[in-house]
This record gives sequence, C-alpha cells and structure tokens, in this order.
Amino acid sequence: MQILLKGGRLIDPVSGRDEALDIHIAEGRIERIGRSLSVSSAQVIDVKGKIIAPGFLDMHVHLREPGFEYKETILTGCTAAAAGGFTGVCCMPNTKPAIDDEAVIRTIQSKARAALDGLVDVYPVAAVTAGRKGEQLAPFAELSGAGAVAFTDDGDPVSDAEIMRRALEYSSMFKKPIIQHAQDMPMTKGGVMNEGFTATALGLPGMPAVAEDIMIARDIRLAQFTGGQYHVAHMSTAAGVDMVRQAKARGIRVTCEVTPHHIVLTDEVVRSYNTNTKMNPPLRTKEDVDALRQGLKDGTVDAIATDHAPHSFDEKEVEYQTAPFGIVGLETAIGLVITELFLKNVLSLSQIVEKFAVNPRRILHLPDVKIGEGEMANLTIFDPAAEWVVDPQAFKSKSKNTPFGGYHLTGRAVGVFNNGQVYWA
Amino acid sequence: MPLQSRHLLGLDGVKREDIQLILDTAVSFREVLDRPIKKVPPLQGKTIANLFFENSTRTRLSFELAERRLSADVLGFAATGSSVTKGETLKDTARNIEAMKVDMVVMRHSAAGAPHYLSRVIEANVVNAGDGAHEHPTQALLDMYTIREKLGRLEGLHVCIVGDISHSRVARSNIYGLLTMGARVSVCGPATMIPREIEKLGVGVFHHIDDVLPHVDVLNVLRIQLERDAGRLFPTIREYHNFYGITRQRLEKAGRNITIMHPGPINRDVEISAEVADSEDSVILQQVLNGVAVRMAVLYLLSTKN
Repeated sequence: MQILLKGGRLIDPVSGRDEALDIHIAEGRIERIGRSLSVSSAQVIDVKGKIIAPGFLDMHVHLREPGFEYKETILTGCTAAAAGGFTGVCCMPNTKPAIDDEAVIRTIQSKARAALDGLVDVYPVAAVTAGRKGEQLAPFAELSGAGAVAFTDDGDPVSDAEIMRRALEYSSMFKKPIIQHAQDMPMTKGGVMNEGFTATALGLPGMPAVAEDIMIARDIRLAQFTGGQYHVAHMSTAAGVDMVRQAKARGIRVTCEVTPHHIVLTDEVVRSYNTNTKMNPPLRTKEDVDALRQGLKDGTVDAIATDHAPHSFDEKEVEYQTAPFGIVGLETAIGLVITELFLKNVLSLSQIVEKFAVNPRRILHLPDVKIGEGEMANLTIFDPAAEWVVDPQAFKSKSKNTPFGGYHLTGRAVGVFNNGQVYWA
Repeated sequence: MPLQSRHLLGLDGVKREDIQLILDTAVSFREVLDRPIKKVPPLQGKTIANLFFENSTRTRLSFELAERRLSADVLGFAATGSSVTKGETLKDTARNIEAMKVDMVVMRHSAAGAPHYLSRVIEANVVNAGDGAHEHPTQALLDMYTIREKLGRLEGLHVCIVGDISHSRVARSNIYGLLTMGARVSVCGPATMIPREIEKLGVGVFHHIDDVLPHVDVLNVLRIQLERDAGRLFPTIREYHNFYGITRQRLEKAGRNITIMHPGPINRDVEISAEVADSEDSVILQQVLNGVAVRMAVLYLLSTKN
C-alpha cells in the first residue's frame, strides 16, 4: 500500500524540523519526504493544516489484561490508543497476575502483536516487588530480558525506604528507571480526594498533597544516594514540581510526568460527587495546576502521560467513597493538551510533541523515532484546529469513565502509522 | 410558598426563606405534639421508606415518629441483616425499594454524597438523615428551631460548636444553616479535629475553649467517638475532658448564660459534665422533642413538591 500525505506540517523535535512537507509512505516505510511530491500509484491523503509528528508514546496506561478484561483488553486499549493518536503505550503491572515474571510479559507481548496487527507498541512496565507486595524485589534481570522497560509498583507505592534504595541500585544495572506512584499510605488512609477546602465543605476524607511530597522528597534523596534513575508518575503537586526542578539542577537522575486531567481540573469539580472526578493522585488546587503548567513550560515536567485507568460503568455507579480511583484518558489527551496548553500559550506544538513522543522514549532508553527516508513510519497525525465535543459512548476504550463528557475541545488525533499498519480516525 | 427543592440533601446552598419556612411550619407541628391526640392526616396514603445503612437509634425513631404522626405508611430498612451485607449496591437496594412504590426515602449512610447520588437515580423525594461527615440537615434545623425557641431569634447570636469538627456532619449542617440565618459561628476543638481551611466557610476557629466561652450565646457540644479517636486525634479521654469538657466551673468563669445543646447520645463527664447536661441552661431534651416537629415539617413540605 502506498500513501502520500500531502500538505501537512512536519514537526520533528529530534531533527529540529518544522516545515510543510509531503511524505510518501510505501508498505509502512517512508520513501520520500519533500515539497510538492506526486506519486501516481499512491493514495493521496490531504493533511493540510494537520501536524505530522513522531508517534506519541503514553508511558502510563492500564491495559487491565490479564485479569480485568471486563474493564479493558489489550485489543480495546490499543484501539483506544490508536484512536487517541498514540503509537505506543507502557502498560502498568497492576494486572492479575501482576507483571512480575517473564511469562506475563510474553503473554502481553503476544497479544499486543496480534492486536491491530501490532500497530501499537506495548511496552510492559514490570513490578518492583514480587506480587507488588512491597517485600521482595522482582527478578529485574529476567524481566528486563523479556522486555520490561521500567519498574513500578504503581498504585501500591514502594513504601519501605530500604526496598526503594535497593530497587534503585539494582535497576541501574539494567538502565531502567524506577517509576514511583508517590504516596505516603498512612497519611492517606481512607482518603478519596484532595485534602483542603473542598473536602472540608463536602465532608469527604482527604488525601493531603504533603503525602505525595514527602515520598518524592525521600525518593529524590535515595536517587541521589544510589545514583539510580527515578521517575515520578502522574505528579500532581506544586511542591513536587519544585523538588524535581531543584533535583535536576543538582544533576540527580530524576524525571516526571503529569496527566492531562491534573493540568485541567481542580478539586472543585468533586462537588458534583461525580465518581469520574475520583482518581489517585486526586485533583488538587489551582495553585498546583498552575505549578504543573509552569513545570511543563520550563522543562521540569518531562512528559505527559494519561494514567488511562478504565473501570466498568457499574464499578463507578456507586457512592463516591466506594468508587474505584481512575479515569480513561487515551482518547481525550491530545484535545485537552491542545485546548489547555497550546491555545493558552503554555506550550508550543513542538514542545507538546516532545512531551508526548520524544521525552517518554528517552526516559525509558528507547530509541528516538526517526522521520527520514528509508525509516519505518512511526507517525502521529493530529489536527490542532479540529473542534469536537467529547462523547464517551464513542470511545474505542471498553470503559467510558471520563469527567470530560460533553467538553468542547480543540485538537484531535486524525491517524497513526506504525509497524507497517495504519489507523485513520 | 413551597420549598425550592424536592429533596432535602443538605443545608449548603438552601435559601434563607426555605429554612424560615421549615422552622415556621414546625411551630404548628410542635403544637400538635402537645395535643392529647398527636396524629394529623397530611401524609395519609403516602409511603416513606427509612433506609438506615448506618446504625442510628434516635434519628431513626424521630423520623419514624414524625412519619406516623403525619399518618404516613412507614417502611423500615436497617442495613444489618439486609441484602447490603450480601454485597448489593446502594443503587440496586434503592431501586428495589422504589419498585415497591414508595413516595419518599429517608436515608442515613456512611458515605458523604450518598443521598445526592440516590436523588439522581430514583424518583422519590430524598431526605438526608446523615451522610458520612458531610451533612445532617434535619439535625441542624432542629438545633436552629430550639435556639429560636429558647432565645427568640437566630440573627446576631454567636453559636460555638465544640468537638470533632472534622468528622461531624452536625457541625457542617449547623455552619451552613446558621450562617444563612445570620448567626455568627465558631468551631472549637483540638487542631487534629479541625478540618483544613474551614475558616473559609466563614467560621471562627478556636483551640482553647476558655477563649471563646465569654463570647458565645449557644454552645453545641459534639459527641466524642471514644473508641475511634482516643490516642490518634487526642491523647486520652482524661486530657480531652480537661481541655474541652463543658463543666459548671468553666461556664461560671465565662460569666454569662450560655444555652447548652448536644445532638446526643452524650458521653456524660467526657465532652460534657452530667451536671451541665441536666442543668437549666441545657436544652438537650427539647432538641429531641423539637426534632420530631421539624422532621414533620420537612416531610410535609417535601410531600407537597410532587
């Protein structure tokens, strides 16, 4: 199959290119890049006004398989990723069984290759400890060998400082980061939302921001002490941004990601008692949102990741305190980021591509996506001007748990190319 | 003039006219309770389900009595021994009960927001009889009724709520209601029991009870959850009593008449001394009686909203 993408704007932060160029793709490989190309045998796709970028990688996704296929499967999750403009996802290990041995990784990989003929690269993130119990280190060498790109006990933070220390030391032998869901558990026991004025008014048990901060502070010191590579997952607090900024200035190997929802919503929206405003970390305050945006702008925040966390309708259709944490994010990420960060002059399109495509791969020591003649096409194409209304029922994800239903957004994925496959919205 | 909402989920956002209407309506029902025959017919033919997902004796009895006094048919439901323990969701339980064609649901639940959720998924009028640490609107209404009865007004009075404010739905509903009615509200308790940023609701915050006593007209003393909180939110019962216990000696030092309220059940000689609880300034038993009248008023007014 031959495709000619005509009239698009190629933004490739890796090569520094940002110009209107046509791209000829034959059997998944980039044949030519140039101005005013014409290929008689190719199907021409008009991408005027649209951005062609290296394929986006969402480094924080819960695919739920194996174990929770009623929420999401590798196939539905990969389809949601492609529809949302991602050519790669990192899947989190809180599956059943957990991703703590080679066999689980092999299973995920084989299902991922079968899903959409391998259009979406699925990079397993393995557990730090066996069964994610926080007690014994998981077999990092075996897991790395099988394809794990990082380690995390996501959702059940590594609480024991000694285990975190050893994990940072041991993982550095394999050049893999330890990703931490930073949360001090005793301080947040029973909590369901950010502790502060809104929680006080609503009488809902709070999770103070400081419970996240103290974990980040501890882990940064451990990263400095061990020389290990540490990544803060879905960072949500202003103090977290400050600490990561300072740590980077001191040369400590620390990176972090933020989610679209944490830079768009504050805990005020919990007033609705809508369980789709319940996630962990919880939505914080305006000050935190502003600090996260500043962190994105000045480079403190490396990546944007969705923390895509599908839950079935019935699981969320309960009292606020009973509902599980988490929302889906793959199919609204680009729209939220364009609407809230690009149109509000927080990030340029090129910076957005860095946060979605370039930096996640660098954090995980995956090769940069190269957009050049002879390279396999790994591309995300999005329209930064498309206006649309979020309809959760139209999601490709098996779950519809989003607080953004009915939102008017600008910016939307239109298609992805990867591994010889194409997905066109 | 009817109420603005067909549910009573809380007092947050409820207009002054509505609170006024409930309190005024309660006056005539309160009069009914002094008659030899204490039953009136307005809710004849209506069915009210009392869904108590959390233990409660006095609130449940008070609602039941109010419902029977209004001639409603009453359906009781206690979580223990029911399908809830078998894992049925709130939605299914409520829908099942609604399928029996009930007109109103009175619900007590341990989760904040549960009645708000319920009001979205069923058709019946919903009355919140306490949701987690969020609101307990009929308690605050009966507290306001009792203050008004004793002191003749609410506007301009200073009401101080003492105890575990963090976990208190009574405190929140009183704060919302009293502020709307023009009273001044303070909260007093150990720093571990005052929720963050509560001053933004418009209340004064005190940690030493003797600092605030000389300025208050009404003291609403909250029950201390002995089992749950000792050792965690305060060191010992003895220390709590010494610091916050409302005693005769402490009140005398304040040098003014202070009306004493308590939502019950009281821990005698912990948060309040037996002597004070039984004193002339205490309106604790009036609260109980007025509670029936206020709940009658709420149920009656909501029943006209269909």
